Amino acid sequence: MSRRRVGTGVLAAGMLLVALVLAGFVSFYADSDPDGLTKVSQDQGFAETEKDHATGDGPFAGYSADFVGGDRLSGGLAGVVGVVVVLALAGGLAFVVRRRGHAETAANGSADERVDAA
Amino acid sequence: MHVPDGFLDAPTSVGTGVVAVAAVAVALRGARRELDDRTAPLAGLVAAFVFAVQMLNFPVASGTSGHLMGGALAAVLVGPYTAVLCTSTVFIVQALLFADGGITALGTNIVLMGLTTTLVGWVVFRALQTVLPKRLSTVAPAAGVAAFVSVPVAALLFVALYAIGGTADLSLSTLATAMVGVHVLIGIGEGVITALAVASIVAVRPDLVYGARRVMAVRELEVRPSGAAA
Repeated sequence: MSRRRVGTGVLAAGMLLVALVLAGFVSFYADSDPDGLTKVSQDQGFAETEKDHATGDGPFAGYSADFVGGDRLSGGLAGVVGVVVVLALAGGLAFVVRRRGHAETAANGSADERVDAA
Repeated sequence: MHVPDGFLDAPTSVGTGVVAVAAVAVALRGARRELDDRTAPLAGLVAAFVFAVQMLNFPVASGTSGHLMGGALAAVLVGPYTAVLCTSTVFIVQALLFADGGITALGTNIVLMGLTTTLVGWVVFRALQTVLPKRLSTVAPAAGVAAFVSVPVAALLFVALYAIGGTADLSLSTLATAMVGVHVLIGIGEGVITALAVASIVAVRPDLVYGARRVMAVRELEVRPSGAAA
């Protein structure tokens, strides 16, 4: 079977690029209607029980970096910051938690290293 | 489905907070079995991808939108324990940095959109794998169906939490009907996004996809002439 294997570095760069483009650019075109729970809370009359958010005055609150001008730039910057922060936290956590070495893949480690180096 | 502050009372929020902390503690131990030098880099990227796609609300009905929750997607890509860590990270950053989802509701949101969609998604995915042919081509559709199921289940769990500690006096059956109805539609989006994302990574690096491991193992064990089509 024709399996096109790409290197881990290429895959990682591709996933990061996709995440940055989605959060930084495509998010501008997201539907701004209330989401499922918000709409249900409005329809059923309990939306007003929502309390003000404790971090509602933060620089990126509501996915909008108001200190830069323009909706597109402000939302895009918030998205990019979010991707970087989530990547750093979750990636760092995974790095700390992981098993060291190629325990499970020692048998075909050389093949993986070839791919990784590509 | 980010729950804001005020929808659930304090005792219920404390309760979900305790469950969330326990779930993350268990996930920290379990994730060690799922992550090694080769797969660890993927975990951070999956979390970042889930965050990015959660910004992309899609229309589901008149005046209503929905977005990915991502537990099933993360579970299939990096394993269920790691998925709980990935999605929890997303909800913590969303609540603290973006004021999306209440601070007192953080435990609730981790339990509903992280833990529940991960658990339900993974259980359904594994069940489908036992009945489907052991082929790589079945991984993405199974992930999509699992993701679809996980969303209305999370919506039902919200109704259950509301029954325990909702701050308004509502008809629970009406609430359940409305929540499940709209989240079945959102689940379709969740399923499509999950299937597409899983298929993309299976196409290029199936060896890195946690949910494809059994299929890969079966394939490695088959004695075939080299180069034969699988």
